[in-house]
Amino acid sequence: MSKTNQSPGAPAATLQQTGRSVRLSGLSKHYGDFAAVDGIDMDIRAGELLTLLGASGSGKTTTLSMIAGFTTPTEGTVLIDGEEITRVPPHKRNLGMVFQHYSLFPHMNVRTNVEFPLKQRGVPKAERRRRAMEALEVVELAHRAQARVTELSGGQQQRIALARALVFSPSVLLMDEPFGALDRALREKMQMEVRRIHRELGVTVVFVTHDQQEALTLSDRIAVFERGRIEQVGTPEDLYERPASLHVATFLGESNLLPGTVDGGVFVTRSGSRLSAGSAENGPATLVVRPEHVRVQPATGTGAGIAATVGEVVYLGADKRLVAVTADGEITARIAAAEGYRPGDDVRLGWEPGAAAVFPG
Amino acid sequence: MNQRTPVRLPLALWAGVTALLLVAPTLVVIPLSFTERRSFSFPIEGWSLQWYERFFTDPRWYGALGTSIAVAIGAALVATVAGTLAAIALDRARLRYGWLIRALLLLPVVVPQIVAAVAIFGTYLGWGISGTPLGLLLAHIVLAIPFVVIPVSTALQSFDPTLERAAAVLGAGGWGRFWQVQLPLISPGVITGFVFAFVTSLDEVVIAYFLQTPTLRSLPVQMYSSVTVETDPTIAVASSLMLVFSTIVILLPRFFAARRRRLLKAKETP
Repeated sequence: MSKTNQSPGAPAATLQQTGRSVRLSGLSKHYGDFAAVDGIDMDIRAGELLTLLGASGSGKTTTLSMIAGFTTPTEGTVLIDGEEITRVPPHKRNLGMVFQHYSLFPHMNVRTNVEFPLKQRGVPKAERRRRAMEALEVVELAHRAQARVTELSGGQQQRIALARALVFSPSVLLMDEPFGALDRALREKMQMEVRRIHRELGVTVVFVTHDQQEALTLSDRIAVFERGRIEQVGTPEDLYERPASLHVATFLGESNLLPGTVDGGVFVTRSGSRLSAGSAENGPATLVVRPEHVRVQPATGTGAGIAATVGEVVYLGADKRLVAVTADGEITARIAAAEGYRPGDDVRLGWEPGAAAVFPG
Repeated sequence: MNQRTPVRLPLALWAGVTALLLVAPTLVVIPLSFTERRSFSFPIEGWSLQWYERFFTDPRWYGALGTSIAVAIGAALVATVAGTLAAIALDRARLRYGWLIRALLLLPVVVPQIVAAVAIFGTYLGWGISGTPLGLLLAHIVLAIPFVVIPVSTALQSFDPTLERAAAVLGAGGWGRFWQVQLPLISPGVITGFVFAFVTSLDEVVIAYFLQTPTLRSLPVQMYSSVTVETDPTIAVASSLMLVFSTIVILLPRFFAARRRRLLKAKETP
């Protein structure tokens, strides 16, 4: 892999295109009484990489399946560039798709797999071959064109599947947990590959995953799914810094949760500590604060905050992870590596009023 | 994995002996067909092609061979197409009474042939196709369908349905998906089905006996009839020929598979 840093602009040129937009409008899928997808509205912008993020059973895969045309919606419409395709069969939608288990055709070699979509479109043999080889160059596997697919590793197979999904310049590329079967190192490499290809080709990508780290790494925007509905759509930064719900706050990244009640703008923890609640309404609530926003001070310091004892300090190189034991449970903080707290030290924990979010429930 | 282990040779010997025990009684007909005498006596004292000459000059014999092969090829072709389509429908449609339809399709295997023969004979008398090639062909098709449905259903179970989805989203319509993806991947089951269907028809004697006329006799019926009238080694010729044809049909797919593998290998190594 001596050419990992090269930018294969030339071979990608013919695959370059303008991505199309996708609009989901009032989309639902019911199975009997169960709503797998429950009336979602979403605009996927032309050329963006949007991730559908959620646990299994949250409706993200059903949504992708309705975009692909494998599942017929109970209600609502799917539009690509304003054109309704809700009931158009999959083979007439001109979408590229990559599946979790590669789904390469085992009776064809690498090149004929990549030629397959071109063959369906009546592209003459010579041109088919040329374009397949170009697509294979984009995923850096042109030298394996004659190999049987079963001889390739999982990562290579998924790159072939990617080449096959891109070779006919589809308007939208769908990816259904494509790296779930790969080990961590390979998964990260493939994520960078998808970012590069997305940037170079300009195709619209809809990416399904349950892995929040993958969603944060890849996405222009993320849609968080929960029980068939979209909880929040936004950039990774939006979702991380300004989560719209407790679920989003806990699903993305690490969070500290403090149960308590809100009373007139003050959040009171179960043990009685009083903290700012911002504009939250009165009633039972949960306060959420990210570890990197928690400030640790010596117990001698004055002012508001929660009294705690240092339980554990883990050195992580760039910083330290400090777990403090409070009367309301453990709170994790990220502190500078130079800080010298030791287990057993008495400390006081605090944060900027804007850094914590309070959600009802 | 243990291709090179010492177990391989004894195992091969053992398999060879078992195979010989199974096949040897059948192979006796081959030397018998070349005997000089007009009896089935062993050991064979002199060799001659006279029984082959008799077989291929007597229209009753070579005509029966032609009928048998024509019906077997026709029945195997139709049963393979119908059985494959039926297996696919049962696999994908998730019909409410799919199990019942499957059981009905497989019924010819369990119904005693003599019962089936009487039933078919009775029905054909009403339809007026008893004793016609069409009647024999239809009966053999029905008989052969289970032998196609079974291996094709097995092949379909190991067929990954997401491959069809992949083919669909990449632009293949129903026909394209069937011809380019599904059929090639289940073809071992389809070929097995064809072979079994062919051999079943070639070998079938009970129904063919009921439906026979002096001008329409399959080879097994001719053999059976001839034994009751005269016993000469022409019947050994007929047996040898049937043996040869069945063996060819069973080995052909293996031969082609091996050839294709060799070609693929040759292609890969630059």
